[in-house]
Amino acid sequence: MRITRKPFATVLVVGALAVSLGACASGTTRPSTGSASPGSSTSGEITVFAAASLKTTFTQLAKDFEVQHPGTKVTLSFAGSSDLVTQITQGAPADVFASADTKNMSKLADQGLVDGTATNFATNVLEIAVPPANPASISSFADLAKSGVKVVTCASQVPCGAATEAAEKAAGTMLKPVSEESSVTDVLGKVTSGEADAGLVYVTDVKAAGDKVKGIPFPESEKAVNTYPIATVGTSKNKELAAAFIANVTSEAGKKVLRDAGFGTP
Amino acid sequence: MIKRSGYYGIPRWIYVIAAVGGLLMVLPLVAMLLRVNWPQFIPLITSDSSIAALGLSLRTSAASTVLCIVLGVPLALVLARGEFPGQRLLRSFVLLPLVLPPVVGGLALLYTFGRQGLLGKSLELAGIQIAFSTAAVVLAQTFVALPFLVVSLEGALRSAGSRYEAVAATLGARPTTVLRRVTLPLVLPGLASGAVLSFARSLGEFGATLTFAGSLEGITRTLPLEIYLQRETDADAAVALSLVLVVVAVAVVGLSYGRRRSSAPAEVQP
Amino acid sequence: MSFELQASLRDRNFDMAVSLADGETVAILGPNGAGKSTLLSVIAGLLRPNAGSARIGDKELFTLDDRTHFWTPPHLRGTALLAQEALLFPHLNALNNVAFGPRSAGASKAASRESAQRWLTEVDALDLADRKPAQLSGGQAQRVAVARALAAEPELLLLDEPMAALDIHAAPLLRRVLKRVLKNRKAIIVTHDILDAYMLADRVIVAEGGRITEEGPTRQVLERPRSHFAAGLAGLNLVAGATTSEGITTPDGRVFAGQHDPHWTPVPGQAGVAAFPPSSVSVFLGDVHGSPRNSFPVTITDLEPYGDQIRVRASSGPPAQALSADITPAASADLGLVPGMEVRFVVKSALVSVYPA
Repeated sequence: MRITRKPFATVLVVGALAVSLGACASGTTRPSTGSASPGSSTSGEITVFAAASLKTTFTQLAKDFEVQHPGTKVTLSFAGSSDLVTQITQGAPADVFASADTKNMSKLADQGLVDGTATNFATNVLEIAVPPANPASISSFADLAKSGVKVVTCASQVPCGAATEAAEKAAGTMLKPVSEESSVTDVLGKVTSGEADAGLVYVTDVKAAGDKVKGIPFPESEKAVNTYPIATVGTSKNKELAAAFIANVTSEAGKKVLRDAGFGTP
Repeated sequence: MIKRSGYYGIPRWIYVIAAVGGLLMVLPLVAMLLRVNWPQFIPLITSDSSIAALGLSLRTSAASTVLCIVLGVPLALVLARGEFPGQRLLRSFVLLPLVLPPVVGGLALLYTFGRQGLLGKSLELAGIQIAFSTAAVVLAQTFVALPFLVVSLEGALRSAGSRYEAVAATLGARPTTVLRRVTLPLVLPGLASGAVLSFARSLGEFGATLTFAGSLEGITRTLPLEIYLQRETDADAAVALSLVLVVVAVAVVGLSYGRRRSSAPAEVQP
Repeated sequence: MSFELQASLRDRNFDMAVSLADGETVAILGPNGAGKSTLLSVIAGLLRPNAGSARIGDKELFTLDDRTHFWTPPHLRGTALLAQEALLFPHLNALNNVAFGPRSAGASKAASRESAQRWLTEVDALDLADRKPAQLSGGQAQRVAVARALAAEPELLLLDEPMAALDIHAAPLLRRVLKRVLKNRKAIIVTHDILDAYMLADRVIVAEGGRITEEGPTRQVLERPRSHFAAGLAGLNLVAGATTSEGITTPDGRVFAGQHDPHWTPVPGQAGVAAFPPSSVSVFLGDVHGSPRNSFPVTITDLEPYGDQIRVRASSGPPAQALSADITPAASADLGLVPGMEVRFVVKSALVSVYPA
């Protein structure tokens, strides 16, 4: 085990924050695997840190990867991109990092923790999410600025909030949200519960929410495209397998899985 | 007061475990202190959004503490002194927010006071909108903080017993007079510590607020929500604000603890 | 403005009827668990009986029967309660404790304080006015509590063993205070102490097992006890039986000769009691056959010092009955008395009082 400068204190801080904040959106999935075959070039285990919005697609991709590469095991960890960067910086054992924006990938690269260069593998655009009945009769981005319409967006500090600001500029319409949430999940929650008349989330989130919300695309979203980069983490112990996993994500089969979930191609 | 000396009856190894327990509490705070960006500390905590969040937190916590006292005192009295069917059940429900994850509390509040909620629909018709308002923050904080006041006060009421009240009644005092002039003064220390705990709990409230009230600067974004958000982009700001929250909480709790010690009633001579 | 009460509580096996004339102080005597405190709680309105009724003059305190459920809450009864412990409100000083009653009755702050000062003076405690209860001794606190109860101007004052928790030096002062303030006042005082009954009460009620077993003027009850409890308090041996021309005969045939009350012409066979002090009993060893007058075998149960004498407690029977004899320590040593020994008690008939039960 690697001894870092202040591992104990760090664990305690992270633990304390996690407990006190109470609502950290993270989850770890361990797909079942076949038996490992030691010695093979693409074998062993890797851990993939991926943005929360990739949960469905990456769970699928990891499963497919394990089937195609018997003897391998992919452990997944999902959280907000900036949380994942913090974790990797603090020494979390990640082999692959898939970010929801280029900014967080740059942050990791600045720390010298990215192996080579990152590959952009998907794009995502904003969409207006409304309750199925669409009580405020929203049909365009401009409708969101009507008085009495309760709009919920992401705060500018998080990627989806930055995208919202870009869309506002493109549309020339400034929104007065009733709440600026710190995650897409929270925005979507306000819409599905009917508290808000509309929310700005990613098209993939609308798709994943099924019939709990209705998605309304708007042309201005093209000016605020979010790009998803993926890279091998510099401290990875199995860079070969990590590269193989990234290749799988960027393959035609991988692109199809992402497309089906609503992602665009860069 | 009995001055203790000599035999304490605590095995030495207990001190070792106690020290580990104490470290678990203290070390994270020390670790956080070490991470504070001191040169930038003042600018970080005096930014507009920080001041707005701190002000909102103090205002809403004060309001919810008042609400906790207004609602919690009768609740504690009824639980400690009353006798009615379903009393035990009521007590369990009052204590529930203590063990419930705050997010669950937020969801429950949402389904009660939200636009589509149990009472929310009627409130909306009456022109009252709670969601996304500061009132929602106060409501969420009161929901999670009320048990602290009730538990603390009910304990004080039980240990005080009702003999003083009985004497007061035979001296001709109406029940309201007994409550005002005998019961409440007797349990004042318990009420004060309950109120302080409620305030501290309100100050730290996060999950229920996030789920139920939303997050908008100056309206619903309290200090914990601001910290959570700042963490996304500016870890230094998050740490600095966390420290402010810790200092305020320590000040509030320490103040009440110190006061309670000094005002502890002297032993009544036989 | 007399007081009348009749009440019963099923689960406490309590059933008593008590009445007080105006200005009368009654002492309730009885062993632990006799229901004395229950009686006070019922009167004060702190405990609800299953059935009964009570009134002070025209004011109905409660009427509880199959048809009526009338209940006056404690604060409207005018029955101030003084307990064993002073229970002064710890957050108020002595003066404000005493002013509590007048304040609650709606008197102004100034008038309440004035009244409180008067009552504190009455119990010799004016100099304690500014003290908090924690700064008072037990006796001081109890005197302030007396002033507090009186300041509420109760129509009936209830005292529940007010001297029981005081040390031996504080009790006489409080007793003197009570004697002064209870004069011509309707009051019920529960006590264990015969001295309280003698000094403070016009009349005595003896309660045992939730029932009243004896009542009457204090002197009469204590000098001519009819209950074993009252006899015990008065320090007398008590034997019950059928009256004869010379004394009484117990159901098992023992004869106690004694002096009949003057002005009493007993009907032979009428139920009567014989009372005699332990000092009138002598103890003899040896097997005395038969059962001559005022002489009977007993088994010693206990020996204890009693003043400068030794009190010999013994049981005779059947049925088992406790009797006592007081003898000198020298006599006890000469006789070699130990518990379990069988001896003979002989009672001087000149010191046996016989009167109707």
